[in-house]
Amino acid sequence: MPLWTLRGLAQGIATTRWPDGSGGDDGQQGGYGMPRIGAEQCLDDCRACAEACPTKAIRLDTRGHLAELDYGRCIACQLCVEACPAGTLQSGHEWAFGVRERADLRWSLDTDTPPAQALASRIESSFRGSLHIRHVDAGSCNGCESELQALGNPFYNLHRLGIFFTPSPRAADLLLVTGMVTAAMREPLQATWEAMPEPRRVLACGTCAVCGGVSADTYASGHGLEGVLPVDVWLPGCPPNPAAIIDALLLLLERKPQRIHGGRVHAP
Amino acid sequence: MNGTTEKIDVRPSALAGKVEQLLADGGRMQMAYAWFPQPDRVQVRYLASPGARQPFQLWCCDAVDATLPSLATQAPLLSWYEREIQDLYGLRFDGLPMPHPLVAGGWTEASPLVNAHGMQACLSAPGHVPGIHGSDVQLLSSGPVRAGVVESAQHLFFYVGEAILHYQPRLFFKHRGMERAFEGHDPRSGATLAERVSGIGSVAHALAYCQAVEDAAGCEVPKRAQQLRAVLAELERLYNHLYYFGHLADATTLKVGHAEGVLLAERVKQLNARLTGSRFLRNLVTPGGLRRDIELPRDFLHTMYLLREQTNSYLKQLERTTSYLDRLITTGVLSRQVAFDQGATGPVERASGLDRDLRRDHPYAAYAWHAPDVPLAEEGDAYARAKVRAAELRASFQLLDAFVPTLVDGPIRAECRPAPGVEGLGWAESPRGSLFYAVHVGADGKLARVKIKSPSFSNWRVFPFTVHRTNMMDFAINEASFGLSIAGCDR
Ligand code: SF4
Ligand code: SF4
Repeated sequence: MPLWTLRGLAQGIATTRWPDGSGGDDGQQGGYGMPRIGAEQCLDDCRACAEACPTKAIRLDTRGHLAELDYGRCIACQLCVEACPAGTLQSGHEWAFGVRERADLRWSLDTDTPPAQALASRIESSFRGSLHIRHVDAGSCNGCESELQALGNPFYNLHRLGIFFTPSPRAADLLLVTGMVTAAMREPLQATWEAMPEPRRVLACGTCAVCGGVSADTYASGHGLEGVLPVDVWLPGCPPNPAAIIDALLLLLERKPQRIHGGRVHAP
Repeated sequence: MNGTTEKIDVRPSALAGKVEQLLADGGRMQMAYAWFPQPDRVQVRYLASPGARQPFQLWCCDAVDATLPSLATQAPLLSWYEREIQDLYGLRFDGLPMPHPLVAGGWTEASPLVNAHGMQACLSAPGHVPGIHGSDVQLLSSGPVRAGVVESAQHLFFYVGEAILHYQPRLFFKHRGMERAFEGHDPRSGATLAERVSGIGSVAHALAYCQAVEDAAGCEVPKRAQQLRAVLAELERLYNHLYYFGHLADATTLKVGHAEGVLLAERVKQLNARLTGSRFLRNLVTPGGLRRDIELPRDFLHTMYLLREQTNSYLKQLERTTSYLDRLITTGVLSRQVAFDQGATGPVERASGLDRDLRRDHPYAAYAWHAPDVPLAEEGDAYARAKVRAAELRASFQLLDAFVPTLVDGPIRAECRPAPGVEGLGWAESPRGSLFYAVHVGADGKLARVKIKSPSFSNWRVFPFTVHRTNMMDFAINEASFGLSIAGCDR
């Protein structure tokens, strides 16, 4: 056993300083995020992006131009970017897409960036110390679990932020849900939520939990948490990377501001 | 189908004889699935493997009065397929030893895949739990929401003190109807879906799916794409196997060993993102080749060399840790016979002495030019399963060393458009074992049926055989040594 301890010490600190220290590495170099919408004009009757999108995240107007992109449905597959002949849709590296209102994930042509309002704090003082999370897999592909498990590795080391996973719903402040909510998981999910003490919060983690993802609404699957539980933070991504999950947790705790408003990045 | 798979029509009465012959000749059954060749005709397909480097056989057998004879007493691994077909297609298998529902649960339709003219649904018996009574026998039920960040499934234990009398997993809480989700899609767009059947097997799923579509279309994938596909597949094996050791170390309460394993897995995922834009190597493999070319950085092999040194040193340290070895040796023994009969696959079967690996035995992608070393062990215990995975990690590094310098230049994508009414079969050796996709294109050119046989569907069937008559203390270690996932099994 001491051998392992020495070995661990010899390898030094693997943990990133992000998001606290300046210049810390978030570990996501090179990873694609949600597609960006550039200023280029759509071609008339193009429709290419909407036809390529596997989750129907894109709505067109009568001219066949991009009219709305719902990032809550987006799995960041980049198919619309590849299909777009005009350069309107571009690959981007923006992945911190956690928001408090589902509507903030919808980009639409005719609304401009809504001003970021000064939010009245919704977080009770009981959340200001540490946060205990109960995770429920309500029918994921396990990509989301793989990233949640990664939060515990020495690089992200979630504990340093005072955030912990707990086995018991009775000790949990936050219910973190992955997956599109299958018919068979609906009841166990509900039961877990009911076992939690108030005040309790809910995070929809991953595009499946936000809207059902690629296989929403088959005979066995639902379409995410909408209408199932009251959601406090929506985090699309397929899967959201570990830094995006940390970002959303800090948003929930009001330790970080929300970056996305009306589907547009609004960096403070 | 381009001739690598033989299609044979079989009458129901001839099935038993054919299985007997196949097994006597050293072959094995792989899987079975149902589909509708016409709206009112249901057919069961049996995938048989006569042996390495011989074409697979697809036996096609029409059900008579919605019934077929069960083959489960001859080839026990088929029983889960038969039960699944009962649940989803409403067929009946005469003589099936435990005909209880397997997949069914909480749906709105009784037998959901049965189409409008479909067969009579025969469902709704509750999941079967044996009656075990005795004054000291306790029943422990855990799940489907379990401790920690894990996938949902339920475990039932009947135990006395520490000793487990009977263990039964209840799976399929996560059944999403993924096979149905493919239907109606353009075959060229299904890879995004296949990648999301099991996230930690994204490459293997996309690969098996795309190879099935390419088989259906008779499409020849350019060499560079074949090579890069194998590079992606080995990177997937690396992060999965590294995570496996972290998890196994954790199960044996080795904290630093856990941290080091999962950190190595993280390093590979970060490398994946830098190479491909995705930590799970998603959004790249597509029917006909790859969506974009990947430029491997000049120092890629050096990065691999450093990672390999760290991995070797880590594995050696594990091998020297007696507290870790003590918990693995003789834990959860899977005999060669049970492994064969119940259909174990991947590192699990190879740790029980079964020498099979699709990359070598039915080569695809760049494995046709560079066959992997296939490590084996005989003991069938948790330690053997870990040893095989350790050797596979080393073999993956060797493969990458062989692939990268021989990468050719050239196109990475060929036109791939399957004609209406065709079908194809594709496969891949995922980090967890054999994965098959069968794809049927309808008259409208859209996907009419997609069958997915994931490795964890096979290994979950096998796992309980190593739990009966062991003790509670070893359960978590044994489970970790199997390296099971649930999403692919449940679909
Ligand atoms: S990147 Fe998002 S919006 Fe674009 S095609 Fe994929 S899912 Fe649809
Ligand atoms: S959001 Fe994507 S990664 Fe997460 S469970 Fe759904 S398909 Fe898997």
